[in-house]
Amino acid sequence: MLSKNEILETVNMVRQEHFDVRTITMGISLLDCIRGDAESTAQAAYEKICRRAEKLVSVGEELSAEYGVPIVNKRISITPASLITSGFRGKEPEFARWLDRAAKETGVDFLGGYSALVHKGMTPSEENFLRSIPQVLAETEKICSSVNIGSTRAGINMDAVRMVGELIMETAALTADRSAFGCAKFVAFCNAVEDNPFMAGAFHGVGEGDCVIHVGVSGPGVVHHAIRQIPDADLMTVAETVKKTAFKITRVGQLIATEAARRLGAEQGIVDLSLAPTPVMGDSVGHILEEMGIETVGGHGTTAALALLNDAVKKGGTMASSRVGGLSGAFIPVSEDIGMIQAAGKGVLTLSKLEAMTAVCSVGIDMVAIPGDCTAATVSAIIADEAAIGMVNNKTTAVRVIPVPGKKVGDFVEFGGLLGSAPIIAVKPSSAERFIARGGTIPAPIHGNKN
Amino acid sequence: MKAIVTVIGKDKPGIIAAVSGMLAGHNINIEDISQTVLQGNFTMIMLVSMDRSRLSITELSEATSALSHEVGVEIHVQNEEIFNAIHKI
Repeated sequence: MLSKNEILETVNMVRQEHFDVRTITMGISLLDCIRGDAESTAQAAYEKICRRAEKLVSVGEELSAEYGVPIVNKRISITPASLITSGFRGKEPEFARWLDRAAKETGVDFLGGYSALVHKGMTPSEENFLRSIPQVLAETEKICSSVNIGSTRAGINMDAVRMVGELIMETAALTADRSAFGCAKFVAFCNAVEDNPFMAGAFHGVGEGDCVIHVGVSGPGVVHHAIRQIPDADLMTVAETVKKTAFKITRVGQLIATEAARRLGAEQGIVDLSLAPTPVMGDSVGHILEEMGIETVGGHGTTAALALLNDAVKKGGTMASSRVGGLSGAFIPVSEDIGMIQAAGKGVLTLSKLEAMTAVCSVGIDMVAIPGDCTAATVSAIIADEAAIGMVNNKTTAVRVIPVPGKKVGDFVEFGGLLGSAPIIAVKPSSAERFIARGGTIPAPIHGNKN
Repeated sequence: MKAIVTVIGKDKPGIIAAVSGMLAGHNINIEDISQTVLQGNFTMIMLVSMDRSRLSITELSEATSALSHEVGVEIHVQNEEIFNAIHKI
């Protein structure tokens, strides 16, 4: 029999500590939907998505009620769309509209995978596909897009980096009336993973099965609560406490993943061991770091504290799940984390510090609002810096920046819902125009050649 | 299927009667029960068996949510599996 304390601890994780399963994401392969013309291909994709994900939302709600744990998002990821549309140049936006319809029909929160993998090179059809991204992000509601521009094995495709910087500026301009919201649905990756359940970067890799259920857990509030109980403990004890807490959180994710896959008749995929914050008080990764003893997140010591946290989450979570994957670690999306929003507002959390933090955690420069008058080359240079960190350190890094037209450093921008709000953070005034204009490839590091 | 029902709120007469009466009405058997006052809060934990009930656990959640408003306490119903997943290896 379970003890009274064990039961109450679990009940309070949801009641008081904002514990939730952040997402159930169904990965669907669209490789078998390619037909002889664009229209039939789009219809086949629409039909397959609607068929496979028909019960995704209802099963998510059922599991949430049965286990008493909120399941915040139900999402779909698809085979990178550039692979499906490669024979139908100019028809990409139409394909995206069909995907958007499928997302609405199934009732999911987002559909990810309007994506291209161009880390080593770019085909003419992929170039065309990339050029369609701003229009698609502006015209559709549910579609998320990502581009992989580098990897440890291939190096960094700087032609793609230059282009992606321009695409982000174009997306910002096209969605200027919505605080450049289109940019919140786009991620540039280095070392993108094929089983990521989180948006905006989810896509269903070609190495995956036909229909797979991935689960992303959350739980910054639970970790924060656990650390608050040990205010004077040394850092080894803090790490052990985070490990134990991450284990418990992940066990729930594993249970939900198993049940969801069974009920949906899909293959069980991975559990992503992520600490994903929300803008709600008590659900912040920034506040965990502050609870560890950093006065304001972004101050000196932040990178060390985050390294401890990220590693302990992985160690605890790995023991709790049969298959771990995705991004797995602490997320630091500025606009989605009340602690980060406050620290950025005070000027303590800067872009430079965020960059350092991404070297030791699981993502990158995420949901950072920057001045609308920065140049495309600056955005490209931010992406290149992040990609270099990912490439050299064998890890995934990502950039999701939002250059908000008309906004300057110190202004505030609202995205709403889980995407939160953010102060505009300064970018450096120094120009990277000449560096970005060079194009070409940054070669892979020597340790990328492992064979 | 077994579920854990947790009742938390300000202590007053009739809480156990209201909850157990509702469960009995749906043919749900209470297999274990413990009750205490923790930090000023009435706290009751019940292990119940739903094998002979027609209600699904989701329907039971809905029924308890109505009752929780009526009695003025929080009532949580959760499949026992989640507690086993977290606390038992």
